[in-house]
Amino acid sequence: MAFTRRSFLQAAGVGIAAFGFPVRVRAQTEPIRIGLMTVKTGPLASGGIDMERALAQFVREHNNTLGGRKVEVSVGDSAGVPAQARAKLQELVERNKIQVMIGPLAAAEALAADDYIRSQQLPTLSVAAAEDLTQRNPNPWFVRGTSTSAQSAHPLADYCAKQLKYKRMAVIADDIAYGHEMCAGFQRVFEDSGGKIVQKMFPPLTVPDYATYLAQMKTNIDAIFLGFAGSNGFRWFKQFNEYGLKGKINVVGGMTAFDEAVLRNMSDEALGIITSCWYSAELDNPINKKFAAAFRNEWKYDPGFYAAATYVEAAVLEAALASVNGKIEDKPAFMKALRATKIDTARGPVAFDEYGNIVGNVYIRKVERKEGRLGNAVIYTYPNVSQFWTYDAKEFLKNPVYSRDWPPAKNLES
Amino acid sequence: MSAAARIVLVLVLVAFPLIGGDFYINLASQIFIAALFATSLNLLVGYGGLVSLGHAAWIGLAAYTSAWLYLHLGLRHWITAPLALVNTTLIAGLFGWIALRATGLGFLMITLALSQVLWGTAYRWAAVTNGDNGLSGLTRPAPFGISLDGPAAFYYFSLTVTIVAVWMMARLVNSPFGAALRGSRDESRRMSALGHNVWLVRWLTFVYSGFWGAVAGLLFVYYHKYIHPTALSLTSSAEVLLGVIAGGAGTIAGPIVGAAIVLILKNYVSAYLDRWNMLLGAVFVVIVIFMPDGIVPGIRRWSARLRKT
Repeated sequence: MAFTRRSFLQAAGVGIAAFGFPVRVRAQTEPIRIGLMTVKTGPLASGGIDMERALAQFVREHNNTLGGRKVEVSVGDSAGVPAQARAKLQELVERNKIQVMIGPLAAAEALAADDYIRSQQLPTLSVAAAEDLTQRNPNPWFVRGTSTSAQSAHPLADYCAKQLKYKRMAVIADDIAYGHEMCAGFQRVFEDSGGKIVQKMFPPLTVPDYATYLAQMKTNIDAIFLGFAGSNGFRWFKQFNEYGLKGKINVVGGMTAFDEAVLRNMSDEALGIITSCWYSAELDNPINKKFAAAFRNEWKYDPGFYAAATYVEAAVLEAALASVNGKIEDKPAFMKALRATKIDTARGPVAFDEYGNIVGNVYIRKVERKEGRLGNAVIYTYPNVSQFWTYDAKEFLKNPVYSRDWPPAKNLES
Repeated sequence: MSAAARIVLVLVLVAFPLIGGDFYINLASQIFIAALFATSLNLLVGYGGLVSLGHAAWIGLAAYTSAWLYLHLGLRHWITAPLALVNTTLIAGLFGWIALRATGLGFLMITLALSQVLWGTAYRWAAVTNGDNGLSGLTRPAPFGISLDGPAAFYYFSLTVTIVAVWMMARLVNSPFGAALRGSRDESRRMSALGHNVWLVRWLTFVYSGFWGAVAGLLFVYYHKYIHPTALSLTSSAEVLLGVIAGGAGTIAGPIVGAAIVLILKNYVSAYLDRWNMLLGAVFVVIVIFMPDGIVPGIRRWSARLRKT
């Protein structure tokens, strides 16, 4: 192969030009640059892609204009790996010059990016549920329009104890911080309302088979709480049915266990299962009706947790931008406006507490068949639920963060 | 490399922060860390003929040790750094003693198993490692009172450490000990017959490699100011091994080039391509087909052939 010095130099020149530093032609009023940090590869990808679709829909519905200024969206794919999320965020900030971020998706990613967000003073609308991001170590540049891990589990525990009159329950969740926190919150409220958690199980996130967990599950319980994320709830429930346990033990689920995204792959066996979440595609309000219909129309499935999360965050962003007349450059004022936002969204009315976390409705939902597809019909509403549930915030924060070991499970039976 | 080329390279490296944007400076810092890490693995893979699939253990151990000491005991960086290095090196000694009962595939599986033990511990021992939430709230050290928080400062810091480390490892390779190591790779029985303690040569290399892996771990945790169990995962071990093999195992420049390619594909090209994993795969297939022994030996061979014609 003849590779002369000149042709090499030409090739190298092209290479360097491709590597080159982008030159931006600045218009008179610059667009607002939004970064969406999401996951498009790996096991969390289906949620991440929903995030991107919902944001694209919101921006399109608003004619690419939020708060009177054009917007530009840059998307970063973290593959669900924390160190990668931080590298991607740096790229979004330092190269794409984003002024506000929506995301990241997973708790560990948000924790990895935490100090960078602080040092860059980057207003962040997060989907990640890790409790301490808005509790013991709150980030001043952070708002969360979804919920903490336990925020939707608290009301469900209350519902199980008071309405369904369950006395003895087991919990099972993925062995990650999200699963631990959700089960801990559920346990705390359930036991404070007189119930007993007699068994806790935490299978690894990528366990291929739940047989051993089903075999060791107690049968003398009223119900089991599922704190799974992604498709694991679906896989567990399928095996649960195959073992003939359906009808013998009741199943209730956390906010991601029977998400619309997995429900579409289920059959009638799921009918009647009760879950809690801050959203349902069946919610009867004008904003959601429009959002869910348009989303369904375009993608042929119901928007679930991640799509709704991003759509709600985008609505909060728009309201805050409108209230500062699009002046996102004044970061402290914009941040103040973000946290002062009080609007109606697809999930219902939302407001924020002093830690930047949402105060909003949590819905108890039941799987029903409507127009031929399974959906989460709302059967009960807990209005304006805070991350601290009914506990006093100061007392709540004195306790350690929810984990595998806290609150201690005193009623476990071996 | 000729003297002129070396001077140009040094000048480019030193001047880069003056011309590059923050993003590129940080990308370069990450490349240095990855290069140092890959070079340490190369001692085993390239010169010792011992393919390890557990090298992430050293990055994770050093990072977790230094982070834990800082957060829980409130120790300063100048104490945590040596303690982390000592701790990691000791454990490398132990792991080496276990893993070197085998070579080849057995060695690979044992290193994989041992690093998975550490990975599982990091996930499960939440009281120490904070489990899936990882350890955050860390800071970068300030050697001689110079803050490393800026991208350029950290760039020079990691560049200096990497150059010293690579030089130290090159010294080992070019020493009589390095010759014995290569001998143990190619003709281990003959080396034994000649009176060399092959096991000891391998074990010392394993420990030395673990030590420099730990140095990379410190840089890693200083850079990210956060550590999560994924740093210890199989993916992380496999990625660095891929870098070593792609760049050219058994050369000094190979792992540096390989690590840089992996990192640039992962962090830079992924911004333009959704399916960057596929590109990563395609690049490696191309390397394997056209330069089966890696990029650096491949280019050397091509340029030698060009000179002949």
